[in-house]
Amino acid sequence: MSDRGSGSPAVSVQRLVKRYGERIAVDDVTFEVAHGETVALLGPNGAGKSTTVEILEGYRRRDAGTVRVLGTDPAGGGLDWKARIGVVLQSTGDAGSARAREQLAHFAAFYPAPRDVDEVLDAVGLASAARQPVRALSGGQRRRLDVALGIIGRPELLFLDEPTTGFDPEARHRFWGLIRRLKREGTTILLTTHDLDEAAALSDRAAVIAGGRLVDVGPADRIGSAGARIPLVRWRDARGVHEQRTKDPGRLVASLVATGGEPDALEVVRPSLEEVYLDLLRSHRSREEQPA
Amino acid sequence: MTALDTTPLVAPGRPRRPSLVALGLERTRYELRSYFRAPDAVFFAFLFPTLIFVIFAAAFSASGTIGAGPDGRGGVTFPAYYLPGLVASGILLSGVQNLAIDIAGERSDGTLQRLGGTPLPVTAYLLGKVGTVVVTAVAQLVLLLAVAHLLFGVALPGTVALWGRFAWIFAASVVMSVALGVGMSGLPRSGRSATAVVVPILLVLQFISGVYFRFAELPGWLQTVAGIFPLKWVAQGMRSVFLPERFAVVEQTGTWDLGTAALVIAAWTLAGLGIALTTFRWVRKDR
Repeated sequence: MSDRGSGSPAVSVQRLVKRYGERIAVDDVTFEVAHGETVALLGPNGAGKSTTVEILEGYRRRDAGTVRVLGTDPAGGGLDWKARIGVVLQSTGDAGSARAREQLAHFAAFYPAPRDVDEVLDAVGLASAARQPVRALSGGQRRRLDVALGIIGRPELLFLDEPTTGFDPEARHRFWGLIRRLKREGTTILLTTHDLDEAAALSDRAAVIAGGRLVDVGPADRIGSAGARIPLVRWRDARGVHEQRTKDPGRLVASLVATGGEPDALEVVRPSLEEVYLDLLRSHRSREEQPA
Repeated sequence: MTALDTTPLVAPGRPRRPSLVALGLERTRYELRSYFRAPDAVFFAFLFPTLIFVIFAAAFSASGTIGAGPDGRGGVTFPAYYLPGLVASGILLSGVQNLAIDIAGERSDGTLQRLGGTPLPVTAYLLGKVGTVVVTAVAQLVLLLAVAHLLFGVALPGTVALWGRFAWIFAASVVMSVALGVGMSGLPRSGRSATAVVVPILLVLQFISGVYFRFAELPGWLQTVAGIFPLKWVAQGMRSVFLPERFAVVEQTGTWDLGTAALVIAAWTLAGLGIALTTFRWVRKDR
């Protein structure tokens, strides 16, 4: 049964808390993912991203809060619910001696309405490696097979945990193409990543988690403080390198030229998502250190 | 690249998930193919009982017969004497040892976590293990019996009744082995330690249960200890099938005691099943 169109989000997380002993791994996190939306979860190692996602996938139990994934509490998610989600885990070690196509066809057999095995192999660019044993595949090929295994069941919602770690730039761009296609075809995607370019390229919204807290959530080009997005003008003169933040970089550059001629090493930098993100983490840390 | 098929699935609801039987067969097929592609597993686990049998049979081929009467007749050859013990131990190796190590490895390399993210029911996964063990145990048995009979002239049971007795002991032992194998798979803390944890247990049991040593020659207290565990009873049951009836007198009670064997096997099956059903998880519990 699809709850698409009923107005309820694909993923709803309200005041989620998870503790490991004394340590709070996820601390009062709230966010939603709409049907068809791609949301990137960003954050440093140990921030609570994976714990959050593993709770949504049904692998871990929460200590407090409400979680709904496709309208179901993942803690009690049955097999019919699992048939509607796709999970691409972070680490994969299971290789066995199965060939790529065999493993994919085997997983297809678990689902009520799987995608066509050869179409999926082709879509992830593994058609030519179909008869290779999984353990003989390169790291990038394995990762693409992981994704193929995650989408073979035609999931409405796909969890992708660090999907392109270890990819070369070309493989990464091909992979992004595949994810965009899934998105066009209506798949809801929750993506965990370290890679801010990836978040900016793929996601409709990004959520930043640090120290178990949700620091900010919004479209990738709008998260962070207003100050963090002010362009930076950098130039060099006889006294050294200068940096100045200004909302009017053109006027500053014009005045520099008017007073001192052509400045050396002139740059006007619009803060990338990466800088905004680092700024968010810095301000989160300083808040943690000086509680109000 | 072709477009992915995105045909919407029409109401009411999605097609049904595949049946347990279909999934169990699919798992069995997939696991068997992987099993026979791993040469180390085939050599050490699958051929092990036959190899040991050949070594024992060849080493003692010059010895006389065992259990001959005062007139020097009615004994059996060494190979014939060792066969039932190795049949019994083959079943436990296929089931308990292979499964416990295999599942512990699948838990630590992420296979189980990955399967846990799919709609594959745990029962279908376990049915796949049962199917794999049944097929490998039967194939292993056929090979062992063929080598014993054709190369070493060991007589096989001659009556339907004995084959019937063989069938129930074999079937019950296989089921018990699967239950114990799944039950024990949670014991090793990692896939790497699985072999070190599981193999010695089975090895000790083989030594005290009359697989390598003649059971009747073990001290009484050791026979009693061995009697707590199932391998002794499976081996005794197999002796009742493959050895002449009068060999029963050297057993602990002077009879084959198949009733007790059935009870002990049933008890261990239930214990294994209970542990398997209460402890088996796709992923370890939260730390």
